[in-house]
Amino acid sequence: MDAMAIISIFVLAVFVGFEVVSKVSSTLHTPLMSGANAIHGVILVGAIIVADHSKTNLELGLSLAAIVLATINMVGGFVVTDRMLEMFKPKQNTSGNGESK
Amino acid sequence: MNSTLYSLIGLAAGVAFILALKGLSHPKTARRGNLIGAFGATVATLAVFFYGAPLNNLGWIVGAIAVGLVIGVPAARKVEMTQMPQLVALFNGVGGGAAALVAIVEYLNLGAQATTAEVIFTVFTVVVGCVSFSGSIITFMKLQELMTTRPVVFPGGRFVIAATLAATLGVSVWVVVALGTTPLLVLAVLSLIFGVLFVLPVGGADVPIVISLLNAFTGLTVAASGYVLSSTLLIIAGTLVGASGTILTRLMAEAMGRSLFGTLFGAFTAKPQEASGSAEERPVRSGSADDVAILLNYARRVVIVPGFGLAVAQAQHTVRELADLMLSKGIDVAYGIHPVAGRMPGHMNVLLAEANVPYDQLAEMDEVNPTFGQTDVAIVIGANDVVNPAAQTTPGCPIYGMPILEVNNAANIIFLKRSMRPGFAGIENELLYDPKTMLLFGDAKASLTKVVSALKAL
Repeated sequence: MDAMAIISIFVLAVFVGFEVVSKVSSTLHTPLMSGANAIHGVILVGAIIVADHSKTNLELGLSLAAIVLATINMVGGFVVTDRMLEMFKPKQNTSGNGESK
Repeated sequence: MNSTLYSLIGLAAGVAFILALKGLSHPKTARRGNLIGAFGATVATLAVFFYGAPLNNLGWIVGAIAVGLVIGVPAARKVEMTQMPQLVALFNGVGGGAAALVAIVEYLNLGAQATTAEVIFTVFTVVVGCVSFSGSIITFMKLQELMTTRPVVFPGGRFVIAATLAATLGVSVWVVVALGTTPLLVLAVLSLIFGVLFVLPVGGADVPIVISLLNAFTGLTVAASGYVLSSTLLIIAGTLVGASGTILTRLMAEAMGRSLFGTLFGAFTAKPQEASGSAEERPVRSGSADDVAILLNYARRVVIVPGFGLAVAQAQHTVRELADLMLSKGIDVAYGIHPVAGRMPGHMNVLLAEANVPYDQLAEMDEVNPTFGQTDVAIVIGANDVVNPAAQTTPGCPIYGMPILEVNNAANIIFLKRSMRPGFAGIENELLYDPKTMLLFGDAKASLTKVVSALKAL
């Protein structure tokens, strides 16, 4: 990939990131952190790529360690974020329709 | 699978991540957003298998993923909400470690073919990834109380840190010039040490800033390894995380009224607080659970201000019980949430959400501050510095300039405290001696339980 394309992607992603994240409600800052954490777990893709073209045992060992860590990061991150977000609920209408005629 | 399709899938996953972050703008859409993000990540991972099929070392790769799943999923399922900061720190650290390992392997693999740009990005990833890894592990240990939560300072610490940083930068140049395996490994070790030294002097209350900063670091390492591996997806994902971490770091530093630099290196420059000369015992008004219940019973509006003590006592369910009881008596109840209450950004919100407190009762600082004048009772549970008026009135005190929740404007203030020990910053809180303040000593959960039963009896 040529350098200009990479720089363009990077700069645009910076702006999209700032734009999107600055709208996150402060109530959700913890899920934001753990959600963002989960997103960088996608380094798993990179770990699989380097494991694929590992030539020596050292390279393979290190890349397998990277796969383990990245999987923990990605899957654990999404699961725990989901658990947290599940708990955020608006005021429940427990009285519900029962009371209305 | 051809490379166009593979690239398109990567792009789609990048978009999924943007949607995941966008969903977090409101609690209603947040969960769906996260699922979109998880879906994108899964598809992107599967796409690598098909694109490279058949992958070398396939069995090993699948096995390693299985190991990661066996470790990660139960940890994420079982963690208590009060332990969330630790887990987030840990997940962040392993992500940084993974990125550093990927960069090292790619460097070993490319050998002499690596371009200078690739080597520079590799060096960046290794340094920042290792700092993020070891820094997050120390943060985890502090939060899990496997080590002291106080700032760890040793004589000459500043010089040791500066020397380590200088050595790290020196070796970085060495790697770029000499291109060898040994310098890269030396660099990794130095960076790991720097990460430890960097987080040691940071105290518990400043952890929200450090966690956000390390999160940004890991994001940037992932983006840099995206360059080395020519993966658009990694660049997009890493940059998004870097942006989110940067914004959170800035917000947290603002909420503490301190510069980022002051937070990270404050422990080295701070003058030790002279023991306050006034040794005389000053009178405080301490009350019983019954006194508190009576006060609440005749209030029209009550604001609850939770702090880290709420998390320590695991009192979130009891506080909700109390709030519900007051609501059923027609009392207006709100929670006033300080941005840095607790040990990570938004920590209190998650705890209260776990206790089924509807998010529309959680009021941000700017929202709740103007209402304290019309508030009959402010209940401060396990918080201190975030309500200390010294931040507004005493220039020169360590928290001066930090925005606070102005509970001093409420008609009555109730502090639930374990003891008269000052808050984390070690500053006396004049509010404790105020005539309109009542103190209820004891474990927050036990005290709240007593207040609930006393209020029920009224």
